[in-house]
Amino acid sequence: MKWLLVALMVGSTTVGEILQAAGMRHHGQIHDFRPGAIGRALSLLARNRFVIGSVIAMAISFFAFMKLLSMTDLSFAVPVSAVTYAMETVLAKYILKERVNALRWAGATLVVCGVMLVSL
Amino acid sequence: MSAPPRLRTWLCTAVVVLSNAFGDFFMKRGLPDSTRLSTPLEYVTMLFQPWVTLGVVLLVIWQLSRMTLLSWADLSYVLPVTSVGYVLVALIGWAFLNESISVTRWAGIVLIMAGVALVSGGSAPSTVHRHKAKS
Repeated sequence: MKWLLVALMVGSTTVGEILQAAGMRHHGQIHDFRPGAIGRALSLLARNRFVIGSVIAMAISFFAFMKLLSMTDLSFAVPVSAVTYAMETVLAKYILKERVNALRWAGATLVVCGVMLVSL
Repeated sequence: MSAPPRLRTWLCTAVVVLSNAFGDFFMKRGLPDSTRLSTPLEYVTMLFQPWVTLGVVLLVIWQLSRMTLLSWADLSYVLPVTSVGYVLVALIGWAFLNESISVTRWAGIVLIMAGVALVSGGSAPSTVHRHKAKS
């Protein structure tokens, strides 16, 4: 049950965050932080299909996280979710076409190793 | 088109990290190990438990600030720099939830910090062309 919830949370988080990154790139840089401009940005984002998809995936991830938290320690539930790092860095390169240079790969690898140690 | 200044990137990163770590903490405060969650109604009712509500508000702020950051920075940049939150969550668990931090866990924390330093110090936040939003 515990690992099933972890798998559900990791899968939906990965899908949600890739869609969120794609949606925000599609939207363009947010550079105006006045209330009216933020309101207009939010109403544009509410009609952005990548963002809508990401909100649905994140909602699934949220309820899986909630159930997991009711069963395990905070120090288990949070680090274990970092499996998404490895998956998302690979997807950032192949789906979002970001240039993931050697330094970023090295950094992501260190983070994954560190997270594994933390969750031991 | 000029990239947003580093200061703005750092401020936004700080909001992303703090709202996520404290959001998770308050969620756990409101959901002790004995919490019963089986029917959809029980999930919805639990959202109105004060600690959980506070956690949810912070997690909404987390998502909005993360979207703002992603509007100008790469996902492969945002992922490692916001991972400093894992360190913060471990420290919060240690300070407020009486969770113990072993030597292995401290070693992991050091590796995470090293990874973050590599990515955030060495490369520009964005490697792809972005336009300014029409708003």
